[in-house]
Amino acid sequence: MIKRVHFPASPLPYLLVAPQIVITIVFFLWPAGQAFYQSFHIEDAFGLGSEFVWFENFEVLFTDPLYLATFWRTILFSALVAVVSMGTSLVLAAFADRVIRGATFYRTLLIWPYAIAPVLAGAIWSFMFHPTLGIFPYFLEMAGIDWNHYMSGNQAMALVVLAASWKQIAYNFLFYLAGMQAIPKSVIEAAAIDGAGPVYRFRTIILPLLSPTTFFLLIINAVYAFFDTFGIIHAVTKGGPASSTTTLVYKVFTDGFIGLDLGGSAAQSIVLMVMVIALTVFQFRYIERKVEY
Amino acid sequence: MVENRPFLDFVTHLVLIVGILLVALPIWIMFVASTHDAVRMAHVPLPLLPGGQFWENLRLTFFGNGLKGSETAAVWQLMLNSFIMAMMISIGKISISILSAYAIVYFRFPLRMTFFWMIFITLMLPVEVRIVPTFEVVANLGMLNSYWGLSVPLIASATATFMFRQVFLTIPDELLESARIDGAGPMRFFFDMLLPLSRTNIAALFVIVFIYGWNQYLWPLLVTTDQSMGTIVISIKQMLEAETGSPQWNVIMMTALLAMLPPVAVVIGMQKFFVKGLTETEK
Repeated sequence: MIKRVHFPASPLPYLLVAPQIVITIVFFLWPAGQAFYQSFHIEDAFGLGSEFVWFENFEVLFTDPLYLATFWRTILFSALVAVVSMGTSLVLAAFADRVIRGATFYRTLLIWPYAIAPVLAGAIWSFMFHPTLGIFPYFLEMAGIDWNHYMSGNQAMALVVLAASWKQIAYNFLFYLAGMQAIPKSVIEAAAIDGAGPVYRFRTIILPLLSPTTFFLLIINAVYAFFDTFGIIHAVTKGGPASSTTTLVYKVFTDGFIGLDLGGSAAQSIVLMVMVIALTVFQFRYIERKVEY
Repeated sequence: MVENRPFLDFVTHLVLIVGILLVALPIWIMFVASTHDAVRMAHVPLPLLPGGQFWENLRLTFFGNGLKGSETAAVWQLMLNSFIMAMMISIGKISISILSAYAIVYFRFPLRMTFFWMIFITLMLPVEVRIVPTFEVVANLGMLNSYWGLSVPLIASATATFMFRQVFLTIPDELLESARIDGAGPMRFFFDMLLPLSRTNIAALFVIVFIYGWNQYLWPLLVTTDQSMGTIVISIKQMLEAETGSPQWNVIMMTALLAMLPPVAVVIGMQKFFVKGLTETEK
């Protein structure tokens, strides 16, 4: 925690932490406190005063079928992104782990989508799937599928999941590859001498040994799907059609800045905060214990 | 490689190459779109091979005001804004985190743990969660449409502070003892010993934070109402909205290409630091 040897007390450490603490208070703690305060109040129609209403905002929230639908949709969206992205990355990493020469070359070519902004990913994918112009709908039409993500909620969801997963492949790939390279070669060799083939070895040795990595990535992907996909959704579907791609974060934005429902939006923020805290605690517990095999 | 299996080796390379092509396909389509003129880009089916309009589109996008019918500023200006914002976030974040980590590891003073937990809490408050009240704070401080408003609310970070704390904890105590015997004060020790020793970590953090800053979307969208303060990333969205009137995908995709270039260059050029940064800030 602290060094055994350290400097004596003086005003200096306060000066050193001051910039970070001031920014934390002004832009983190104070706004979070505001959200907490607003979530227990309802503003009157003219915005002149507000009334303390206990948990009414939360009651309204959790009895609102639209909010509950958004809640489950967000869970589904996160699960789909995690499965598609982690699945693809796992396969690619398993093969990349076999390569001795040229491994860095493959890695370089697979990790760069990490650097692309979510809204750019959204713009590119909505261009590729543009209902009248896009290249994919053109081929899909040949196959007899009518593609229009501005009309079909399922297609809109599929497109958002694809764009979000594509961007996250790089991250998952890096962690899976690092996880595989950390497995001692002697274990794999011993199994090979005993006659286990590559697929069998992957299934019974590599995959179980990767479970800490998988667990860690699940949390990271959930956080990513919750918070970092706003740009993708905003660019591709704007939460539509008929809010079929509205996630929790997107709803905070629309209710707070477009609907101007401060109490409701603040209550949603608090719910999100609780979820982040739960995920963070989860992640820290895992890092403390390092999951034994 | 454990055993010799020529066929499996073949499959390995095949899968990886197909994987790379699939990952790169959207970028190829984007690049192709940026090399044709607007008329060609309104015809079905769209081209799959590059045309000859690349430099013309580049000129139009970079100096002209991008798209007809939308009010975005010239792309060079938007890129400059993005660059300034990303640099301010990177430098700000690294400076304040390394200083506070130094104070927390190397000094014993009242309220030390209080400060530590205050920093820890920021881990649980991403900007998306406290978006409305933070916007109010920035508006009340008169920081809308300024570089300060764009960057300062994003620079406090628990992960960066923790990373530096971790680095400092691995530095042997004897180093400080010998520095003190030689008469070095706290600031001398910081600048002459700790800073050089954390050089690679600073580089790694810089790569990650620069990408994070350059790619910010929701926050600049709210804080900038003045077009000349916009960033390149949010201009894409405005262009997409103008697109519903008259499609000019060549300009949009050229802008997207330009917007993607700096962070991708950073990832590829500083790959070693990128991997280090990614694995160390998350853990």
